[in-house]
Amino acid sequence: MAIAGAILSRLIKAAITLLAIAILNFFLVHAAPGDPATVLAGEAGAADEQMIADLRARFGLDQPLYVQLARYVGNIVTLDLGYSFRQGQPVLDLILDRLPATLILTLSAFWISLLAGVALGVAASARVGKFTDTLITGTALLFYATPLYWAALMAVLVFSVQLGWLPGFGYETVGSGYSGFERALDILKHLILPALTLGLFFMAVYMRMTRASMLEVAQQDFVKTARAKGLMPSLIRRRHILRNALLPVVTLAGLQAGQLVGGAVLTETVFAWPGIGRLMFESLAARDYNTILGVFLVSAAMVIVFNILTDLVYRLIDPRIGHKA
Amino acid sequence: MKLLKLTTFLVAASMATGAVAQQDGGRLDLIVQPEPPGLMLGLVQNGPTQMVAGQIYESLLRYNGDLEPQPSLAKEWSISEDGMTYTFKLQEGVTWHDGEPFSAEDVIFTTKFLQDNHARFRGAFSHVESVEAPDDSTIVITMKEPYGPFINAFEAGSMPIVPKHIYEGTDYATNEMNATPIGTGPYKFVEWEKGSYIHLTKNEDYYLDGLPHIDDLYYRVVPDAASRAVAFETGEVDVLPGGSVENWDVARLTEMDNVCSTSDGWEFFAPHAWMWLNNREGPTSNKLFRQAVMYAMDREFVKDVVWNGYGTVPTGPVSSKTNFYTDDVPQYPHDPEKAKELLDEMGYDGEAVRLLPLPYGETWQRWAEAIKQNLEEVGITVDIDSADVAGWNEKTANWDYDMAFTYLYQYGDPALGVARNYVESQIKKGSPWNNVEGYVNPELDELWEAAAIEPDNEKRQEMYTEIQQQIVEDVPVAWLLEIEFPTIYRCNVKNLITTGIGLNDGLRDAWIED
Repeated sequence: MAIAGAILSRLIKAAITLLAIAILNFFLVHAAPGDPATVLAGEAGAADEQMIADLRARFGLDQPLYVQLARYVGNIVTLDLGYSFRQGQPVLDLILDRLPATLILTLSAFWISLLAGVALGVAASARVGKFTDTLITGTALLFYATPLYWAALMAVLVFSVQLGWLPGFGYETVGSGYSGFERALDILKHLILPALTLGLFFMAVYMRMTRASMLEVAQQDFVKTARAKGLMPSLIRRRHILRNALLPVVTLAGLQAGQLVGGAVLTETVFAWPGIGRLMFESLAARDYNTILGVFLVSAAMVIVFNILTDLVYRLIDPRIGHKA
Repeated sequence: MKLLKLTTFLVAASMATGAVAQQDGGRLDLIVQPEPPGLMLGLVQNGPTQMVAGQIYESLLRYNGDLEPQPSLAKEWSISEDGMTYTFKLQEGVTWHDGEPFSAEDVIFTTKFLQDNHARFRGAFSHVESVEAPDDSTIVITMKEPYGPFINAFEAGSMPIVPKHIYEGTDYATNEMNATPIGTGPYKFVEWEKGSYIHLTKNEDYYLDGLPHIDDLYYRVVPDAASRAVAFETGEVDVLPGGSVENWDVARLTEMDNVCSTSDGWEFFAPHAWMWLNNREGPTSNKLFRQAVMYAMDREFVKDVVWNGYGTVPTGPVSSKTNFYTDDVPQYPHDPEKAKELLDEMGYDGEAVRLLPLPYGETWQRWAEAIKQNLEEVGITVDIDSADVAGWNEKTANWDYDMAFTYLYQYGDPALGVARNYVESQIKKGSPWNNVEGYVNPELDELWEAAAIEPDNEKRQEMYTEIQQQIVEDVPVAWLLEIEFPTIYRCNVKNLITTGIGLNDGLRDAWIED
């Protein structure tokens, strides 16, 4: 019951936060120079005043800003994200179209980085100061410091252009007619490079955090007690040290999970992955207001949802947390 | 009515190179960049839309590399001697992609549709008195005055014929059929996977026997320039349209086996690059300063290094590919000493000028840096003032710049693509596609106007020569380059570029050799 109450109060706060974010975003987006009408007219390579005036009227941009804001807020409280005039489609459809591709990519990268990062961190801490530790820490540092777009381009050059092992870009083989298992396998092949590239940075972060946290917990009294009791070292590491060392890792994972929707712009761009990040970036360049605001809102909602989920995971790992509150 | 021009082609296929038998079938993957906002060509006219939708929609005419009209939906046409009446005979047996028959009624409807939605069409058709269809396969256009460039107004992107049975009586912008465009062209729309690709397929009922040859077209969306080069290298795509990879990748890609490149297929557009020099205020309002800028720039260097040798250094406002061009104008070679003299003469005090590059990728950034260096060599202080596309639009449209890069299409005739940047009536805040620099020359305005409606081509040439000479003397803008965007493709793709708009309508005749 306590958990249900906590979640409910969090949800109410979340709704208010979301509304505030939406209004703030509205002003931010409108503060950028230019508007969708001038961008569209600009791309046509020829325009007259009538064309720009027609476009503004069609987009509702000829109304005063407060009218536009009222309209927008009215729409989102009824869960209507509006219409993308540039793409001629409801924003919700655009986002839902792109959502699966993005989630496949970011969730794969999330799990790869989390599992590999924690495993490597545990391994490094078990052999602290030895060669294995130096190797893992050094590699992690390299991944941590490498700019994402560079790593992406190098991965494409090596594995796609030179070796020809994996496709260098795209979500699936276009026009292949694959379905079912064949299609899944095809998507998986296309997924490997972008997911690994995207996962590298966070893998390094998880690894360093797990290692440091493991070493810190290992110094504490209850671990000494466990050792004095004569428990197996592997059991101590798993049950006593790791479980306590995971809390900061979970905090970080919660942060990363919040970026699942909007956090892969660069990777999606380099690998031509048809996801939300690109939709957001391209809409921003085109000042496609409704689409940008829609993506921002969905991203913000994801951050809030994952914050709540992170809190719940804390309670699972460390039952003391719920009682203190 | 004496016919000045009467051209008949039985089948367009007979024009194509003879000996080799053309093969049917196959699939072609092309890059489209950026992803178009829509494919309904009557509503959206940006570059990527024209490239894809030009296979779906057609106009009355096409134009070859010398900008001579060729049959398209019109199989014959004639212009009366006084230049007041245009008569088009339409092809027979043409159907829309949904099976409905095409007729002269669709053409009449199109003129109304585009009047509401197409800025360039509005401009060209402001000279038209009436459009009539005496029968189902004839269109007669009566002019208010003879307007020489009018014969260039029937290109697919300038006047795409749209289906009356789908659009009449609807709200064009929100018509659901915009998502699944219906045209008369050689390829039909199949599917658009947003962010990935657009799939077109062969129109089996196309009215020209034996065309098109290729079964499927896939326009692939790849947002990163380096990835586009990789896509071509790994064989994922067969055609890189002009401008889809950065210039320094062009040399590497064209050295690969079975790779061809051509700069043909842009004659109709003749992209012409220059810097607007703000004629209203600051140092750039002084003619001596503007001439100094011309002498200070090493334009050959930019062509050879930044553009890898592609393009031509222009002599003035009209591209050498456009009709009525002349090179008999004052010349501005790279001469830093001359530039310094001019700056001394005007008493330039070192006031900084802002330079706004075009946000179209690395090439343009480097171009701006090269110009900055040239100008600083002669003592001009330059601040590069960068912006994204929307910001660039905003700044140029509202005249908030000193020098700004741009390039414009010329559409084959000075009256269509050149005049708009130099006549006073085109000084209009709010759009970047007009006289943004604020050049005012009433004498030339009269000459521009007279030249546009002069029926005698020799007299038109004289007038445009005089205009070019005077404008080049005044340097309202600093002309940089007649841009060439090489198309890179596998050599076994034949007949890819056969018209003055290249890939925009070229897939009709293209075929793939096994």
